Amino acid sequence: MSFVKGLSCRECGNIYPKAPVHVCEYCFGPLEITYDYDAVGKILSKSVIASRAPSMWRYAELLPLDNPPSVGLQTGMTPLVRADRLARRLGVRELWVKNDSVSHPTLSFKDRVVSVAISKAREFGIPIVACASTGNLANATAAQAASVGMTAVILIPHDLEPAKVMATSVYGAHVVGVKGTYDDVNRLCSEIAGKYGWGFVNVNLRPFYAEGSKSYGYEIAEQLGWKLPAHVITPMAGGSLITKIGKAFSELTKLGLCSAAKTKIHGAQAEGCAPIASMVIEGRDAMKPVKQPQTIAKSLAIGNPADAFYARQTMLGSGGFAAAPTDPEIIDGMRMLAETEGIFTETAGGVTMGATRRLIEQGHIGKDDGPVVICITGQGLKTQDPLVEVLPRPDLIGPRLADFDGLLGGPLRGLV
Amino acid sequence: MATVRIPTPLRKLTNGKEEIVTAGATVGELIASLEAQFPGIKERICDDAGKVRRFVNIFANDEDIRFLQNLDTPVKDSDEISIVPAIAGGLF
Ligand SMILES: Cc1ncc(COP(=O)(O)O)c(C=O)c1O
Ligand SMILES: [Zn+2]
Repeated sequence: MSFVKGLSCRECGNIYPKAPVHVCEYCFGPLEITYDYDAVGKILSKSVIASRAPSMWRYAELLPLDNPPSVGLQTGMTPLVRADRLARRLGVRELWVKNDSVSHPTLSFKDRVVSVAISKAREFGIPIVACASTGNLANATAAQAASVGMTAVILIPHDLEPAKVMATSVYGAHVVGVKGTYDDVNRLCSEIAGKYGWGFVNVNLRPFYAEGSKSYGYEIAEQLGWKLPAHVITPMAGGSLITKIGKAFSELTKLGLCSAAKTKIHGAQAEGCAPIASMVIEGRDAMKPVKQPQTIAKSLAIGNPADAFYARQTMLGSGGFAAAPTDPEIIDGMRMLAETEGIFTETAGGVTMGATRRLIEQGHIGKDDGPVVICITGQGLKTQDPLVEVLPRPDLIGPRLADFDGLLGGPLRGLV
Repeated sequence: MATVRIPTPLRKLTNGKEEIVTAGATVGELIASLEAQFPGIKERICDDAGKVRRFVNIFANDEDIRFLQNLDTPVKDSDEISIVPAIAGGLF
């Protein structure tokens, strides 16, 4: 049972039937899934949702599948953690962390988009799935393809973090390292998709894929007790997640599940690759692609983001802003979240943390504004390299009590 | 006469030609002269208000004209102008 009406061009409004297409033939605008919200509203209520299993599929009527999902059945419903210690550190009253660093099965929010994209590929009868990835999407695509025995071809920039490459190859996927930036990889994937018709989750299946991110927004609202937060801070790479969080909140309002609260949606990118954030910060409406991204936040290093324009519109239209922290601020952010809340996030989470700090300091987020939600979308164990250099090494001692006692005058001073 | 590179999806309108050598002192004039030769091509590149569509990029010798003078960007004889749809962030 599906509530999808079809695909429509975000620019010129041309309508297309359900198919693995992503670009308007007439004006080259991106295609967006449209739903019959009246029909959805007759079925989807808070109590119906509450009666369902704790996964992203509790919002199935708002996701673009015709049949029940065939991969990622347990994906979603990650913890929303009340973060009082971090709130005190940052100087705000009410702070929450939406923690997709523990997403099932591959520890990033990309599990959500891939669950939709591969389930949809199977509905379309596409036998081979593929993607262009900065790392996390590679992990998610490879894992979920493996779970149903599909062939996966994964294209990545050749210089990704070793943990992200290993956590792709292990699933038996074909991994291709491309000598170039992510944007080179993406351009190549557009050509391969055109030539061989494979299901590229973030190219020709992109309209379906992108809808999966809405579940992150629905969960925030449901976990806050069907309330929309005052602020959310979201990391941006292609700019899809932030746009879909905006769409999720407006759908919940339209369906009457939340009352219209004006959530300010803020975007975060690393200073070394901030093509979207800089549009907002500098007040430009044209996006200047970044030819050579330079940042430890490799998962966000997209120099020519597909959804830059709509991401900008989401921020400005909601009264939000953007921030682009430096690499040292990213590392500080990762450490601060770990030390205050016991949550270890990857560099992208460090970007969100660094941006949140700046937005509070600059007054874009007020201390008493109501719930602030930080979007933590990836796992720290995947991006250890930048931390290895800065974290203290273990104190090394012999196995005798006297050796240990020797520390009491030094690193462990004051503990006994 | 400058050279205009036509992307694959618009070649149906140019009888399959990848490059058109045509006259014009600005990018806007080049598009007007393309339209005179291949009616219907302009509306694919520009919106009703005459501005370049949001998901179409035009490069003058590899520089995005949005960061030059848009359609008023001057062109010289030896210049190469590329029309490139922005598709999922990729260019081709
Ligand atoms: C951990 C993490 N967070 C956020 C993003 C941003 O997602 P989007 O491309 O939808 O902006 C990515 C994208 O790769 C990611 O890996
Ligand atoms: Zn269109």
